[in-house]
Amino acid sequence: MSTDETGHGGAITPDNAGESTASGQELLQLITPEGERISHPEFDFWVKDITDEQLCSLFEDMTVIRRIDVEATALQRQGELALWPPLLGQEASQIGSGRAMRADDFVFSSYRENGVAYCRGVDLTDLLRVWRGNASGGWDPYSINMATPQIIIGAQTLHATGYAMGIQNDGADAVAVTYFGDGATSEGDVNEAMVFAASFQAPVVFFCTNNHWAISEPVRLQSHIHLAERATGFGIPSLRVDGNDVLAVMAGTRLALDRARRGGGPTFIEAVTYRMGPHTTADDPTRYRDANELEDWAAKDPISRLASLLDRKGLLTAELQEQVRRKADSVAAEMRRGCTTMPDPQPMDVFKHVYSAPNSWLERQQDHYARYLASFGDPAGAVSEEGAR
Amino acid sequence: MTQLTFARAINAGLRKSLESDSKVVLLGEDIGALGGVFRVTDGLQKDFGTHRVVDTPLAESAIVGTAVGLAYRGYRPVVEIQFDGFIYPAFDQIVSQVAKLHYRTRGAVKMPITIRVPFGGGIGSPEHHSESPEAYFTHTSGLRVVAVSNPQDAYTVIQQAISCDDPVLYFEPKRRYHDKGEVDESAALSSALPMDKARVLTEGTDATLVAYGPLVKTALDAATAAADEGISLEVIDLRSLAPVDYDAVVASVRKTGRLVVTHEAGQSGGLGAEVAASITERCFYHLEAAPVRVTGFDIPYPYSKLEMHHLPGLDRILDGVDRALGRPNSLSGLEG
Repeated sequence: MSTDETGHGGAITPDNAGESTASGQELLQLITPEGERISHPEFDFWVKDITDEQLCSLFEDMTVIRRIDVEATALQRQGELALWPPLLGQEASQIGSGRAMRADDFVFSSYRENGVAYCRGVDLTDLLRVWRGNASGGWDPYSINMATPQIIIGAQTLHATGYAMGIQNDGADAVAVTYFGDGATSEGDVNEAMVFAASFQAPVVFFCTNNHWAISEPVRLQSHIHLAERATGFGIPSLRVDGNDVLAVMAGTRLALDRARRGGGPTFIEAVTYRMGPHTTADDPTRYRDANELEDWAAKDPISRLASLLDRKGLLTAELQEQVRRKADSVAAEMRRGCTTMPDPQPMDVFKHVYSAPNSWLERQQDHYARYLASFGDPAGAVSEEGAR
Repeated sequence: MTQLTFARAINAGLRKSLESDSKVVLLGEDIGALGGVFRVTDGLQKDFGTHRVVDTPLAESAIVGTAVGLAYRGYRPVVEIQFDGFIYPAFDQIVSQVAKLHYRTRGAVKMPITIRVPFGGGIGSPEHHSESPEAYFTHTSGLRVVAVSNPQDAYTVIQQAISCDDPVLYFEPKRRYHDKGEVDESAALSSALPMDKARVLTEGTDATLVAYGPLVKTALDAATAAADEGISLEVIDLRSLAPVDYDAVVASVRKTGRLVVTHEAGQSGGLGAEVAASITERCFYHLEAAPVRVTGFDIPYPYSKLEMHHLPGLDRILDGVDRALGRPNSLSGLEG
């Protein structure tokens, strides 16, 4: 991709990264990077009930998920996890939206929404199963109304749309919320999902985390207009929110959820944020992005921003900071314990759950493999716990 | 018993499923007012409403992908792919999502999705309308694959597929849509032959002839013709392509000692290869000759004026039977 005439060319900076000069779509902000609460005629309404106590709670959530992220990264470096996809920098996007949902809403996310999973009440050990290689999915989706992370880029947006069509058929007022990144907006599935959601006016929220990078590819390679503007072409109303501003994210998500519940159909939210870490622990961003860019975005850090607001309000007491730190440490310790004490899967588990009912092909292979293992005198091979189910 | 065409038999089966389970929903292109391009869903939208028989935008990946979401929500979606050659845009959703979600979620999420696919050639249509893509799906773990060959099975198996908690690819031989047959609509589903069982259609002693879908009729005709020459063929309608009911095929081959398998799909890596290999493994000491495959060629489905050269017909099947029996045949004198 070469440079172009519309101001996107050359090195990406926070000023132009993913920001089209061709459009005037407003970036919703309720807290400035300096921590000043600024009022907004339309969106103040959606967070007017947020008390000081709740602000402190959001601060705690964001701090905790950053701590989870740091701990998981450490676990990967220590050889306890095979891989981890960090969310560093995206805490406001995940907490602001995750805390806007109801328990009966259903989330279909990518693999980076570990903070959203935390909001849904995921068991911390379950959060790591996939990344430790112990399972292909960490939890029972119905236990927290959140599908397990989707790795195929954008595929989950169709699942959310179909789920929302089901909600419609049921006459319920729940909402399906799907998370995906800036790169995913180029995928056919995401575009098809928007077509279907618009045609059926399905109660689905498309939450696009524009973190500016799809592994090594900058957002300008995906789009020369704001990602939010793409939605309008499908007839879906869209919002651009400052993804490092937890209140802006929450306000935008609440508006979208409310619209869907009232039968107003889908909404597309572009949360403009930044992936401060690597794509995964296997990635090396120094090969493709400028260190200055990271520095610029560090100045917009979502947690420092909320901390500054709390400070201005006299809420950032030593007591609060200590309480939040203790909570984060205890969550991290619990997660580490769950990770290192997780029992390894047994060899014959590999055959489980391929089908819901017996399958003659698989039963034969399972039987033969059990005999093979048993030929080494390995008792695990001789035992088939559940049959080929 | 009612005389029904193949297409009406599927229609009746769909109707029965829609009536008996409010969670059954149909999705597809042109399946509503038009009743599908083959009229298989004729009248269903009128009787069950637009929320249960849904005309979708033209996007196969989305049709299957939204079916996944509906299944998450507790529905039993029945998806129509308009033609075999149109299924490929949905390939990722089928292979990476539909087939794997039960495994991925350790059994927590079931995918009771039925994907109906009119398949096979012989109708004189342009490219992409006559393909036999079944082996892509039989090779994909997590899916069940069936191909029906007659109106009674079409009626019964569609209901079995819909009530199955696993995803099912249901292949319909489109050139047989207008064939008529007796259908017993009163028979209980519970007493029907299970969906994953093969059926022996004619008992024979000289060779086992395995077919499925559109070629079952051709195989039966071949058996009749062979009988005129004093050759006794045991014709097996495979019905289930994944898993194959090997017990049935093994029992037959142990008796006849010879195997011929036929399908419209190309030969290399096809289902016939799988059947031949598995039967060789299991029946080696019972075989009197190498298994024989009579299949379409390894070519893109050809233009219609030549399609009858590509499709195995009665005479090519009988030539294959001659090979299995060591009788003079088109390849006599060739090694290997």
